[in-house]
Amino acid sequence: MLTKRIIPCLDIKDGRTVKGINFVGLRDAGDPVELAARYAREGADELVFLDISATEEKRKTLAELVRRVAERVNIPFTVGGGISSVEDVSLLLHNGADKISVNSSAVKNPGLIDELVAKFGSQCIVVAIDAKQVDGLWKVHLVGGKVPTDLDLYEWAVEVEKRGAGEILFTSMDHDGTKNGFANEALARLSDTVNIPIIASGGAGNMEHFLHTFQEGKADAALAASVFHFQEIGLRALKEYLRDQKIPVRL
Amino acid sequence: MKIVIIDYGAGNIQSIKFALERLGYSAVLSDDPKIIKAADKVIFPGVGEASSAMKKLREHRLENLIAELTQPVLGICLGMQLMCNYSEEGNTRGLGIFDVDVVKFTDELKVPQIGWNQIRELKTPLFRDIPENGFIYLVHSYYAPLCGETIAVTDYGIPYSSAVQKDNFWGVQFHPEKSSTLGERILKNFITL
Repeated sequence: MLTKRIIPCLDIKDGRTVKGINFVGLRDAGDPVELAARYAREGADELVFLDISATEEKRKTLAELVRRVAERVNIPFTVGGGISSVEDVSLLLHNGADKISVNSSAVKNPGLIDELVAKFGSQCIVVAIDAKQVDGLWKVHLVGGKVPTDLDLYEWAVEVEKRGAGEILFTSMDHDGTKNGFANEALARLSDTVNIPIIASGGAGNMEHFLHTFQEGKADAALAASVFHFQEIGLRALKEYLRDQKIPVRL
Repeated sequence: MKIVIIDYGAGNIQSIKFALERLGYSAVLSDDPKIIKAADKVIFPGVGEASSAMKKLREHRLENLIAELTQPVLGICLGMQLMCNYSEEGNTRGLGIFDVDVVKFTDELKVPQIGWNQIRELKTPLFRDIPENGFIYLVHSYYAPLCGETIAVTDYGIPYSSAVQKDNFWGVQFHPEKSSTLGERILKNFITL
């Protein structure tokens, strides 16, 4: 049976792991390669690396990091953050990334999704969507949630699927960093709206939150950062808990 | 031990190379027929869309070579699908090694299937010491139905072939290079066939 995936997310700046609380105020949570290898050993199903640095050296530093991770880690990983061209993607995949995620660049230029899918295939193109509620409506936000757009979350998700994305990584900016649980209502509606897998992100605080996002949120995978980085939740304990609650997981 | 990974511009071949290195083997990436023919083991990777991958194979003049190889050959993911008769994806003819047509998963399921699923009814030494219902990582929208050459079964809506074998040719739908220690053991089994 296809299992639900648990995905630790490593925010990367200048080659180091960081985690923003509501995307403001960064704390250091260690060396990315060491952390990735540890998560793989402990039973993570996939990893996501989100690069938030904005330096000239970024592309090269990130490609080197991707290569070091690919050499060490025997589970799939996705790389995202500031990716805006076929060349960016080519460099990262060539260095061993399994999937890449695009976010703001796809909103600004939706044709980028088609271009990447044609060149590399749907299976490695994840579209990350950051959204929050504005007057009761879910609106897509850009640049790590700082810039609002008029784009409706569900309409954008449908377009993303139509253009060939293999997966959607949905982060609720209303939930991210709160540790009060995932945006399950929006997630469930997303899952009913499109036919590609949905990764839930933003709001994980305890084990029940993961259970609820799989049950109520109908998510195919759940992503979290700080609860894993600061060892508030152990991956193995989480998966044993989910198994006991009849959620199919890899153990 | 000479291991060659066929490099025809379709696939995350670095990951396979790194996985082999973790097992203590080095591999050469090549599209040179001479180097491929001289290998002890050949790995035929592939990700992306079937008809464009077949086009790339033709551009690299490898279309006929693969079926003529006599050493153990392992197709991975799209590589396995291209070794079949035909693929519905891009309506393309395959290499005709495995006698099965590749078709798309029904829309009642989430497509692509992405994640960890299980393999059962394991046959041949490729799965030596691999437990029934072990977990492997898959990403695919098209699949090979059950057939006479099926050597592993996975369930996604329906049971289908997650591995096939004929003579010296093996094909796996999953990514052994990304399937944790179980995948590494399957790769090792192939290398030591």
